[in-house]
Amino acid sequence: MLHLSLFLIFGAICITGAINLLVQRHPINSALSLVVVMGSLAVEYLLLGAEFVAAVQVIVYAGAVMVLFVFVIMLLNAGEEEQTSGSRVAILFGIPGMIIGSVLLAWVLVARSGTGEVALGALPGSPRSIARLLFRDFLLPFEVTSVLVLIAIMGAVVLAARPEAVEHTKKEG
Amino acid sequence: MAPIGTLHYLVIAAALFVLGVIGVLTRRNVVIILMSIELILNAVNLNLVAFSRIWGLHGQVFSIFIITDAAAEAAVGLGILIAFFRNKETVNVDEIDLLKW
Repeated sequence: MLHLSLFLIFGAICITGAINLLVQRHPINSALSLVVVMGSLAVEYLLLGAEFVAAVQVIVYAGAVMVLFVFVIMLLNAGEEEQTSGSRVAILFGIPGMIIGSVLLAWVLVARSGTGEVALGALPGSPRSIARLLFRDFLLPFEVTSVLVLIAIMGAVVLAARPEAVEHTKKEG
Repeated sequence: MAPIGTLHYLVIAAALFVLGVIGVLTRRNVVIILMSIELILNAVNLNLVAFSRIWGLHGQVFSIFIITDAAAEAAVGLGILIAFFRNKETVNVDEIDLLKW
Protein backbone atom coordinates (compact mmCIF):
# COMPACT_ATOMS: atom_id res chain seq x y z
CA MET A 1 0.00 0.00 0.00
CA LEU A 2 2.74 2.40 1.01
CA HIS A 3 4.77 1.08 -1.90
CA LEU A 4 1.97 1.72 -4.38
CA SER A 5 1.29 5.26 -3.18
CA LEU A 6 5.00 6.13 -3.19
CA PHE A 7 5.32 4.72 -6.70
CA LEU A 8 2.32 6.68 -7.97
CA ILE A 9 3.31 9.96 -6.32
CA PHE A 10 6.90 9.92 -7.54
CA GLY A 11 5.92 8.59 -10.97
CA ALA A 12 3.50 11.51 -11.33
CA ILE A 13 6.19 13.97 -10.17
CA CYS A 14 8.61 12.46 -12.68
CA ILE A 15 6.25 12.78 -15.66
CA THR A 16 5.12 16.26 -14.60
CA GLY A 17 8.73 17.39 -14.34
CA ALA A 18 9.49 16.03 -17.80
CA ILE A 19 6.47 17.84 -19.27
CA ASN A 20 7.50 21.03 -17.45
CA LEU A 21 10.98 20.69 -18.97
CA LEU A 22 9.43 20.85 -22.43
CA VAL A 23 6.92 23.60 -21.66
CA GLN A 24 9.27 26.09 -19.96
CA ARG A 25 10.77 28.71 -22.26
CA HIS A 26 13.80 29.61 -20.19
CA PRO A 27 16.62 27.02 -20.04
CA ILE A 28 17.25 27.48 -16.32
CA ASN A 29 13.66 26.48 -15.49
CA SER A 30 14.07 23.42 -17.69
CA ALA A 31 17.28 22.51 -15.87
CA LEU A 32 15.56 22.75 -12.49
CA SER A 33 12.69 20.53 -13.62
CA LEU A 34 15.27 18.04 -14.92
CA VAL A 35 16.66 17.92 -11.36
CA VAL A 36 13.14 17.07 -10.15
CA VAL A 37 12.91 14.26 -12.72
CA MET A 38 16.28 12.84 -11.65
CA GLY A 39 15.36 12.94 -7.96
CA SER A 40 12.03 11.22 -8.40
CA LEU A 41 13.65 8.60 -10.63
CA ALA A 42 16.11 7.91 -7.81
CA VAL A 43 13.14 7.22 -5.52
CA GLU A 44 11.72 4.85 -8.14
CA TYR A 45 15.03 2.99 -8.19
CA LEU A 46 14.90 2.74 -4.40
CA LEU A 47 11.40 1.28 -4.66
CA LEU A 48 12.78 -1.35 -7.03
CA GLY A 49 15.44 -2.14 -4.43
CA ALA A 50 18.32 -0.81 -6.52
CA GLU A 51 19.99 1.15 -3.73
CA PHE A 52 23.35 1.64 -5.41
CA VAL A 53 21.87 2.84 -8.71
CA ALA A 54 19.68 5.29 -6.79
CA ALA A 55 22.71 6.71 -4.98
CA VAL A 56 24.68 6.99 -8.23
CA GLN A 57 21.69 8.65 -9.87
CA VAL A 58 21.55 11.34 -7.21
CA ILE A 59 25.32 11.89 -7.04
CA VAL A 60 26.18 11.79 -10.75
CA TYR A 61 23.02 13.01 -12.45
CA ALA A 62 21.34 15.34 -9.99
CA GLY A 63 24.75 16.46 -8.74
CA ALA A 64 27.50 16.56 -11.32
CA VAL A 65 25.71 16.59 -14.68
CA MET A 66 23.11 19.14 -13.61
CA VAL A 67 25.78 21.44 -12.17
CA LEU A 68 27.47 21.26 -15.57
CA PHE A 69 24.21 22.19 -17.32
CA VAL A 70 23.38 25.07 -14.99
CA PHE A 71 26.97 26.33 -15.24
CA VAL A 72 26.83 26.40 -19.05
CA ILE A 73 23.41 28.08 -19.03
CA MET A 74 24.74 30.81 -16.74
CA LEU A 75 27.94 31.10 -18.79
CA LEU A 76 26.18 31.52 -22.13
CA ASN A 77 23.53 33.80 -20.63
CA ALA A 78 21.00 32.21 -22.95
CA GLY A 79 17.66 33.97 -22.81
CA GLU A 80 14.20 32.74 -23.64
CA GLU A 81 13.88 31.15 -27.02
CA GLU A 82 11.32 32.54 -29.43
CA GLN A 83 8.68 30.18 -30.72
CA THR A 84 8.12 29.43 -34.36
CA SER A 85 4.75 28.42 -35.71
CA GLY A 86 4.59 24.64 -36.14
CA SER A 87 4.49 23.17 -39.61
CA ARG A 88 1.13 22.05 -40.97
CA VAL A 89 2.54 18.76 -42.25
CA ALA A 90 3.66 17.88 -38.74
CA ILE A 91 0.15 18.49 -37.37
CA LEU A 92 -1.45 16.60 -40.28
CA PHE A 93 0.68 13.47 -39.93
CA GLY A 94 2.05 13.79 -36.42
CA ILE A 95 -1.17 13.66 -34.40
CA PRO A 96 -2.65 10.55 -36.13
CA GLY A 97 0.77 8.94 -35.99
CA MET A 98 1.04 9.69 -32.27
CA ILE A 99 -2.42 8.20 -31.61
CA ILE A 100 -1.61 5.05 -33.59
CA GLY A 101 1.76 4.71 -31.87
CA SER A 102 0.40 5.08 -28.35
CA VAL A 103 -2.47 2.64 -29.03
CA LEU A 104 0.04 0.08 -30.33
CA LEU A 105 2.30 0.63 -27.32
CA ALA A 106 -0.59 0.30 -24.86
CA TRP A 107 -1.77 -2.86 -26.62
CA VAL A 108 1.67 -4.47 -26.49
CA LEU A 109 2.12 -3.53 -22.83
CA VAL A 110 -1.28 -4.83 -21.79
CA ALA A 111 -0.92 -8.03 -23.81
CA ARG A 112 2.41 -8.79 -22.11
CA SER A 113 1.39 -7.71 -18.63
CA GLY A 114 2.34 -11.01 -16.98
CA THR A 115 5.76 -9.72 -15.95
CA GLY A 116 5.33 -10.25 -12.23
CA GLU A 117 5.11 -7.86 -9.35
CA VAL A 118 7.72 -5.99 -7.38
CA ALA A 119 8.06 -5.92 -3.63
CA LEU A 120 9.81 -3.21 -1.66
CA GLY A 121 13.51 -3.99 -1.67
CA ALA A 122 12.98 -7.13 -3.75
CA LEU A 123 16.26 -6.77 -5.60
CA PRO A 124 19.61 -7.74 -4.13
CA GLY A 125 20.90 -4.41 -5.42
CA SER A 126 23.36 -3.78 -2.63
CA PRO A 127 26.72 -2.19 -3.46
CA ARG A 128 28.39 -5.47 -2.48
CA SER A 129 26.70 -7.63 -5.10
CA ILE A 130 26.98 -4.94 -7.79
CA ALA A 131 30.67 -4.48 -7.09
CA ARG A 132 31.18 -8.23 -7.36
CA LEU A 133 29.67 -8.14 -10.87
CA LEU A 134 31.36 -4.91 -11.87
CA PHE A 135 34.89 -5.88 -10.85
CA ARG A 136 34.75 -9.54 -11.83
CA ASP A 137 32.45 -10.21 -14.83
CA PHE A 138 32.50 -6.69 -16.25
CA LEU A 139 36.10 -5.74 -15.46
CA LEU A 140 37.12 -5.14 -19.09
CA PRO A 141 34.07 -2.94 -19.94
CA PHE A 142 34.71 -1.05 -16.71
CA GLU A 143 38.31 -0.26 -17.69
CA VAL A 144 37.25 0.67 -21.23
CA THR A 145 34.67 3.04 -19.74
CA SER A 146 37.37 4.73 -17.68
CA VAL A 147 39.38 5.33 -20.87
CA LEU A 148 36.22 6.72 -22.50
CA VAL A 149 35.67 9.16 -19.62
CA LEU A 150 39.32 10.25 -19.79
CA ILE A 151 39.00 10.95 -23.53
CA ALA A 152 35.73 12.82 -22.93
CA ILE A 153 37.38 15.02 -20.28
CA MET A 154 40.27 15.84 -22.60
CA GLY A 155 37.89 16.53 -25.47
CA ALA A 156 35.75 18.84 -23.34
CA VAL A 157 38.81 20.78 -22.15
CA VAL A 158 40.16 21.15 -25.70
CA LEU A 159 36.76 22.21 -27.06
CA ALA A 160 35.97 24.69 -24.33
CA ALA A 161 39.45 26.23 -24.06
CA ARG A 162 40.09 29.50 -25.88
CA PRO A 163 41.87 29.03 -29.23
CA GLU A 164 44.75 31.30 -28.13
CA ALA A 165 45.32 29.15 -25.04
CA VAL A 166 45.53 26.01 -27.18
CA GLU A 167 48.01 27.69 -29.54
CA HIS A 168 50.08 28.84 -26.58
CA THR A 169 50.37 25.31 -25.16
CA LYS A 170 51.29 23.96 -28.60
CA LYS A 171 54.21 26.39 -28.88
CA GLU A 172 55.44 25.60 -25.38
CA GLY A 173 55.12 21.83 -25.78
CA MET B 1 -5.38 -2.02 -5.39
CA ALA B 2 -3.24 -3.88 -7.87
CA PRO B 3 0.38 -4.53 -6.90
CA ILE B 4 3.15 -2.74 -8.76
CA GLY B 5 4.47 -4.79 -11.64
CA THR B 6 7.34 -4.37 -14.02
CA LEU B 7 4.70 -3.09 -16.45
CA HIS B 8 4.14 0.06 -14.39
CA TYR B 9 7.81 0.96 -14.58
CA LEU B 10 7.78 0.30 -18.33
CA VAL B 11 4.90 2.74 -18.73
CA ILE B 12 6.79 5.51 -16.91
CA ALA B 13 9.92 4.75 -18.95
CA ALA B 14 7.95 4.88 -22.21
CA ALA B 15 6.41 8.22 -21.24
CA LEU B 16 9.84 9.65 -20.37
CA PHE B 17 11.27 8.39 -23.65
CA VAL B 18 8.46 9.93 -25.73
CA LEU B 19 8.79 13.26 -23.89
CA GLY B 20 12.53 13.23 -24.53
CA VAL B 21 12.01 12.56 -28.26
CA ILE B 22 9.46 15.39 -28.43
CA GLY B 23 11.98 17.70 -26.77
CA VAL B 24 14.76 16.75 -29.19
CA LEU B 25 12.50 17.28 -32.19
CA THR B 26 10.64 20.46 -31.24
CA ARG B 27 12.98 22.67 -29.19
CA ARG B 28 15.54 25.01 -30.75
CA ASN B 29 17.85 25.60 -27.80
CA VAL B 30 20.81 23.19 -27.85
CA VAL B 31 20.98 23.07 -24.04
CA ILE B 32 17.36 21.88 -23.85
CA ILE B 33 18.00 19.33 -26.62
CA LEU B 34 20.89 17.93 -24.56
CA MET B 35 18.60 17.76 -21.51
CA SER B 36 16.02 15.87 -23.56
CA ILE B 37 18.73 13.38 -24.53
CA GLU B 38 19.37 12.91 -20.80
CA LEU B 39 15.65 12.18 -20.38
CA ILE B 40 15.87 9.47 -23.07
CA LEU B 41 18.90 7.89 -21.38
CA ASN B 42 17.07 7.95 -18.05
CA ALA B 43 14.12 6.12 -19.62
CA VAL B 44 16.52 3.40 -20.79
CA ASN B 45 18.02 3.22 -17.29
CA LEU B 46 14.61 2.78 -15.70
CA ASN B 47 13.83 -0.04 -18.14
CA LEU B 48 17.14 -1.77 -17.37
CA VAL B 49 16.69 -1.55 -13.61
CA ALA B 50 13.06 -2.71 -13.83
CA PHE B 51 14.05 -5.73 -15.94
CA SER B 52 17.01 -6.53 -13.70
CA ARG B 53 14.42 -7.66 -11.15
CA ILE B 54 13.56 -10.55 -13.46
CA TRP B 55 16.85 -11.27 -15.20
CA GLY B 56 19.43 -10.64 -12.48
CA LEU B 57 21.72 -7.81 -11.56
CA HIS B 58 23.34 -7.32 -14.97
CA GLY B 59 20.77 -4.66 -15.83
CA GLN B 60 21.88 -2.49 -12.91
CA VAL B 61 25.53 -2.78 -13.96
CA PHE B 62 24.53 -1.71 -17.48
CA SER B 63 22.60 1.24 -16.08
CA ILE B 64 25.74 2.37 -14.22
CA PHE B 65 27.66 2.22 -17.49
CA ILE B 66 24.93 4.28 -19.15
CA ILE B 67 25.11 6.91 -16.38
CA THR B 68 28.87 7.18 -16.96
CA ASP B 69 28.39 7.54 -20.71
CA ALA B 70 25.69 10.16 -20.19
CA ALA B 71 28.05 12.23 -18.06
CA ALA B 72 30.77 11.99 -20.72
CA GLU B 73 28.28 12.90 -23.44
CA ALA B 74 27.03 15.93 -21.51
CA ALA B 75 30.59 17.17 -20.97
CA VAL B 76 31.54 16.85 -24.64
CA GLY B 77 28.21 18.25 -25.88
CA LEU B 78 28.42 21.31 -23.65
CA GLY B 79 32.07 21.79 -24.66
CA ILE B 80 31.03 21.82 -28.32
CA LEU B 81 28.26 24.27 -27.43
CA ILE B 82 30.70 26.66 -25.73
CA ALA B 83 33.12 26.46 -28.67
CA PHE B 84 30.26 27.15 -31.05
CA PHE B 85 28.85 30.01 -29.00
CA ARG B 86 32.26 31.67 -29.11
CA ASN B 87 32.07 31.69 -32.93
CA LYS B 88 28.46 32.53 -33.67
CA GLU B 89 26.93 33.93 -30.46
CA THR B 90 23.87 31.72 -30.65
CA VAL B 91 22.52 28.52 -29.11
CA ASN B 92 19.72 27.88 -31.59
CA VAL B 93 20.01 24.74 -33.69
CA ASP B 94 18.45 26.33 -36.77
CA GLU B 95 21.24 28.90 -36.86
CA ILE B 96 23.98 26.26 -36.69
CA ASP B 97 24.77 25.98 -40.40
CA LEU B 98 28.55 26.20 -40.60
CA LEU B 99 28.74 22.95 -42.60
CA LYS B 100 26.02 23.98 -45.03
CA TRP B 101 27.36 24.35 -48.57
